[in-house]
Amino acid sequence: MERSEWIAISDCCTHYNIEISFVDSLQDYGLIEITRIQESQYIHEDRLPALERFIRLHYDLNINLEGIDVITQLVQQVEQLQHEIALLRSQFPR
Amino acid sequence: MAFIDYYQILGLTKSASDEDIKKAYRKLARKYHPDVNPNNAEATLKFQQINEANEVLSDPEKRKKYDQYGENWQQADQYEAYEQARRAQGGGSYGGDAGSWFSGDGGDFSGFTGDNFSEFFQSMFGGERSGGRRTQQYRGQDYNAELQLNLRDAYETHKQTLTVNGKNIRITIPAGVANEQVIKLKGYGAPGQNGGPDGDLYITFKIAEDPTFKRQGNDLYATLDLDLYTAVLGGDVTIDTLTGKVKVPIKPETQNGTKVRLRGKGFPVYKKDGEFGDLILSWSIKIPTNLTDRQKELFQELAQS
Repeated sequence: MERSEWIAISDCCTHYNIEISFVDSLQDYGLIEITRIQESQYIHEDRLPALERFIRLHYDLNINLEGIDVITQLVQQVEQLQHEIALLRSQFPR
Repeated sequence: MAFIDYYQILGLTKSASDEDIKKAYRKLARKYHPDVNPNNAEATLKFQQINEANEVLSDPEKRKKYDQYGENWQQADQYEAYEQARRAQGGGSYGGDAGSWFSGDGGDFSGFTGDNFSEFFQSMFGGERSGGRRTQQYRGQDYNAELQLNLRDAYETHKQTLTVNGKNIRITIPAGVANEQVIKLKGYGAPGQNGGPDGDLYITFKIAEDPTFKRQGNDLYATLDLDLYTAVLGGDVTIDTLTGKVKVPIKPETQNGTKVRLRGKGFPVYKKDGEFGDLILSWSIKIPTNLTDRQKELFQELAQS
């Protein structure tokens, strides 16, 4: 496992100015995956955009974790539908 | 530049209260936030407008200027500086080129309807661009800057070099500086015009939250884990403070949430050498997991004893 691809949760908390309990809650809801390496917790850099999105939703828009969970699922559906529409449009141009 | 009515964007009237603005912003932000509208450029644009409107209307000072000056509220300071200078000169009308004074981003005042800004400003400046330009001294504009620090930076006095408009400024940040505290550096703003004094630089400190320590005034608060056995039987635990490790005695039968005050282990008092707040610890007792069969048996014995 490449250590540089993993960002320490404590660094994330300092950088984004968030509480560690928020990250723990995201993990409890299955929204992010945290990996323990030795004694520290890490998040994979690929998941940082998702973490940033959750931070914005929670801190900027006051959305609770249940809401973030629902939004995440609906946004995934929207993105999938947008992808299908783009695919269909390319197959059947107007 | 088309005039954007911030009140209209938020669906409000000028009489809206701060709470109305907050509510309207939150409602619209949730609707148009790019994170909930993937690949929707229209929503992104709308969100930007909502943000801009909120930024102005949620700040009492900016809102006042916006209400008074409309679209070009950002030039209000320049206008007021001019007014002051004019009054100091005995209230004579400005014979210069009003257009050039307001050149730049907000320089084009044409195309305004309703509270016609262009006419408004022309009336303030006497409207006519007569000859005989007078040399008038103007104080340079003040600059505002933010300086991000983490809690540990703010704990110690340190020097930092800032670059503001190409100028390097070395400042000393005293230990114990507070979040949102503003310091003024005289003469580091925009240069004055026609020999007028330079503006000032205002630096606002933004101190990021620390994942472990919460600061309230000069006191620090931390919630730390404590294993069940030490909580029950007592003992010593070594904890990290901002100045290093400290051994803390634990009384037997310590309850979850028990608070302990460590005097003088908090944050330094601003500009008072050797004075510190307290560190208040709150114990979060952790129940052991992955018990072996033997351990379970022992707990069962305890439960039945």
